[in-house]
Amino acid sequence: MGMIRIHDLSHRYGRLQVLDALELEIQGGRCTAILGPNGAGKTTLVKCILGLVRPDSGRITIDGERVGDDPEYRRRIGYMPQIARYPENLTAREIIQMIRDLRGNPDDTDESLVHDLRVDGELDKPFRTLSGGNRQKVSAVLAFLFRPGILFLDEPTAGLDPVTSSVLKDRVKQERDAGRTIVLTSHVMSEVEELADSVVYLLDGRIHFEESVAELIGTSGEMNLERAIARRITARVVA
Amino acid sequence: MSRDRPRRARTVAAMIVVGIALLLLALAPRPEGTTIELPGSEATASEAPAAEATASAGAAAATRATTVQDTADPHQAHEGHAPVAPSRPEAFTGTEHIVGPGERHERISDALEVADAGDRIRVRAGHYREGPLTIDRSIELIGEGWPVLDGEGEHSILTVTADHVRIQGFILRDSGFSHIRDHAAITVEESHGCRIEHNRLENNFFGIYLARAHDCLVRHNDIRSSATREATSGNGIHLWDVDRVQVEDNHITGHRDGIYLEFARNAVIRSNRSEANLRYGLHFMFSDESFYVNNVFARNGAGVAVMYSRDVVMSRNQFLDNWGSSAYGLLVKEVQDSLIEGNLFRGNTIAIHSEGSDRLTFRLNRLERNGWAVKILANSQDNYFTANNFIDNTFDVITNSRQNPNTFDANYWSQYRGYDLEGDGTGDLAHRPVRLFSFIVETKPVALILLRSFFVDILEVAERVLPILTPETLTDENPLMTEVPGGEPWA
Amino acid sequence: MNTLKIARYQLRDVMRSRWVLLYGIFFLLMTDALFRFGGSGERVLLSLMNVVLIAIPLVAIVLGTMYLYGSREFTELLLTQPVRRRSLFLGLFTGLALPMSVAFVLGTGLPFWAHGGLAGGTGSSLLLLLGTGVGLTLIFASLAFLIALSTEDRIRGLGISLGVWVFFTVVFNGLVMLAIYMLADYPMEKPVLALSLLNPIDLGRILLLLSFDISALMGFTGAVFRRFFGSGLGQGVAIGAMAAWVVIPFALGLRSFHRKNF
Repeated sequence: MGMIRIHDLSHRYGRLQVLDALELEIQGGRCTAILGPNGAGKTTLVKCILGLVRPDSGRITIDGERVGDDPEYRRRIGYMPQIARYPENLTAREIIQMIRDLRGNPDDTDESLVHDLRVDGELDKPFRTLSGGNRQKVSAVLAFLFRPGILFLDEPTAGLDPVTSSVLKDRVKQERDAGRTIVLTSHVMSEVEELADSVVYLLDGRIHFEESVAELIGTSGEMNLERAIARRITARVVA
Repeated sequence: MSRDRPRRARTVAAMIVVGIALLLLALAPRPEGTTIELPGSEATASEAPAAEATASAGAAAATRATTVQDTADPHQAHEGHAPVAPSRPEAFTGTEHIVGPGERHERISDALEVADAGDRIRVRAGHYREGPLTIDRSIELIGEGWPVLDGEGEHSILTVTADHVRIQGFILRDSGFSHIRDHAAITVEESHGCRIEHNRLENNFFGIYLARAHDCLVRHNDIRSSATREATSGNGIHLWDVDRVQVEDNHITGHRDGIYLEFARNAVIRSNRSEANLRYGLHFMFSDESFYVNNVFARNGAGVAVMYSRDVVMSRNQFLDNWGSSAYGLLVKEVQDSLIEGNLFRGNTIAIHSEGSDRLTFRLNRLERNGWAVKILANSQDNYFTANNFIDNTFDVITNSRQNPNTFDANYWSQYRGYDLEGDGTGDLAHRPVRLFSFIVETKPVALILLRSFFVDILEVAERVLPILTPETLTDENPLMTEVPGGEPWA
Repeated sequence: MNTLKIARYQLRDVMRSRWVLLYGIFFLLMTDALFRFGGSGERVLLSLMNVVLIAIPLVAIVLGTMYLYGSREFTELLLTQPVRRRSLFLGLFTGLALPMSVAFVLGTGLPFWAHGGLAGGTGSSLLLLLGTGVGLTLIFASLAFLIALSTEDRIRGLGISLGVWVFFTVVFNGLVMLAIYMLADYPMEKPVLALSLLNPIDLGRILLLLSFDISALMGFTGAVFRRFFGSGLGQGVAIGAMAAWVVIPFALGLRSFHRKNF
């Protein structure tokens, strides 16, 4: 469950080839980190899977079903964007209620993060008054709200204080252990090391390498993921 | 950085919208009555030019105009000044002849044969088909219970050749159509003192036809036809070469011209309603020194035409809804020394069209919601427009020259955009009633499709600043700030 | 279903930002003032006509462009949910066009009702004015969406919107006038009629003219225009053209929205 297959995916913004005939398989029930330098195509890839970006060519399937015009597959997806942008005049409660409404008011929602991330007090303030951190927390609440089978977390802890950050990470781990598919992008390698099962490294719209975290650290002989990856990249360049 | 952009854009948008809104407010038609007015100020404004107006109009017209204007009862005005009044016998002394089914005379012609001058023929209800009847003696022919005289579509019905004949109470129907002869329901020839009243004329070629008849009274007749082509229809009331005829309280519809006068002198046309006739509601030529008062002319094919006449007074008439490419409320052509006063012109394509007419005074008229209120060609000279209300017309004044030989002074213009800081009731800036766009439409009629467009508004503003096409001298130096009061005299 | 839900949330957002309220009050105050100073319902309608033909396209296109840029976050949020792009687009459009139309109709209609300006034949003229206003709202909101979707730069999008407005309010008629003078030797009635179908503001203006300036239009050339727009065919064509002006930019906008990358 929750296997995402990407075949020959290409997309360009103007002259910039963001994704270049990308082939990728994301295993279900694991946490996959998508890494790469700025502009490598991480966010575009995630947006393609979500349907926010219409790729120029290629095919994406989730559990064998092709991602197309029918938006129903998104019912299974939770998304926490990199920059949390919301209608400025609405409150978080209204947004939550609205999305709940759009999904047909399911009963078994999970609102525990509201309390765990301590955003109870912020729910009735218009978004324009919320700080970046609080927006981020609301994003997290929304991503987990409907107990999705697949979670996309785009830089989830950027801008969060250490306490909330670890609350969130615990939650991700919990979801991972519960067998959900998690796709993570992050610049914080310790976070990736802590959460991810495997790493996909993008460069210029292609996969530079793809390996499990354990393997990466093991074969490189480095003490942590960050150094392991650095070594791996330079090794390639040298070779 | 990226957060700031929308905010900046929003500010720019707000500024633009506010700016344009202000511009709009400045351009939007300013409602009337927004200036301060002093009590009594408009009276001085309108009376002074009115006095001049009287002086400039023909003397005869002016004296009568004053009377018509001042007397409360229009009949007094008529008794005093229009020498008509056919003499009614003080007491009836003649013999009465009764006509009708089962009466002594079955046929009207039988009674006409035996009646002497001074007798009365009373016709009971019935349908009389007797061919053309001629009345050659001074008798009264009175219908009782609306007897029908039928022309059977063949011939004229009643012809009067004697003086002092009275015809009353008949339905006259279906006089014949002819290209050669003017068949009419009632023809009066070469006589005087006739009275034709309270008759109903239906579907006749001509209705009432007076030729060389003098001192006649035609009133309270209901004259209807359903003509569809000018060539095959005659006039409702046709007056030719008549003196001192009164036409009152008639209703005429569906004829070629409602009321037609040619070579009529001292005629009084009063309180008639002439509507939906094929050509003119009222049409007169070569008819000097006549009065037209309190009539209603509505929805006629071409409105009202006044031609080749002088010393005419038209007052308190209503010219309504005359629509068409050559329809006028009032067309004046080669008319001199006349007064057009206190009339209502509403909803006409062209309310007043003046061609080759001189020394006319237009005052106290209300020109409302016409296409063109006044179209005055430059061959019209020394005409004087004062104390008129120009209200919501598409175009107020149009002329065909940059010269202006006529005077507009102290009128009220709803399109006037000036102000009255002096507080004297007249605008401080002169008003130019001729719009650039009316000139454009005059030369390129298709341009009418741009009427009331923003583009044309901009052109108008430019022309106002720097007039290059509109006549510079055609201005109203004393535009009134409020409508000329005086109620609705035509009502 | 989702369209309505989305529209409802957008409506709440729009109402809270208050500009739509100001927009309604603008019409309310203007109409009321015209009644207080001007008098008859007919005259008020005539004055309003100019405002409607200028202000509605301007506000609809400028605010519409701003609105869609401002709804970017909302759009992105909802596109991650099980929501069709078509529903979202319709919801966004409704969220703008509905409150604008309602504000205009109430702002203009209420004073008429309050001042008893519906007497006589003005009732149908008012309906025509309101209909034209709503039509122009839809048309220029669609154009605004199309513009906002085709350029990412907000300032530029706003500039294009204003340009489009200026074109339809002023430049277009200047070109018509030019054509009339340049081609004076040809019968221009029909070409000019055809041209007027290409400008929604002109279309609205002519429909209103036929209601207000009938006396003038009965003369000369006017009769040609009147005969055309007064006939069943002409009215069908006019309403069809107006509808096309709503549908075509809307459909293009929808297509562009469908293909857009967020």
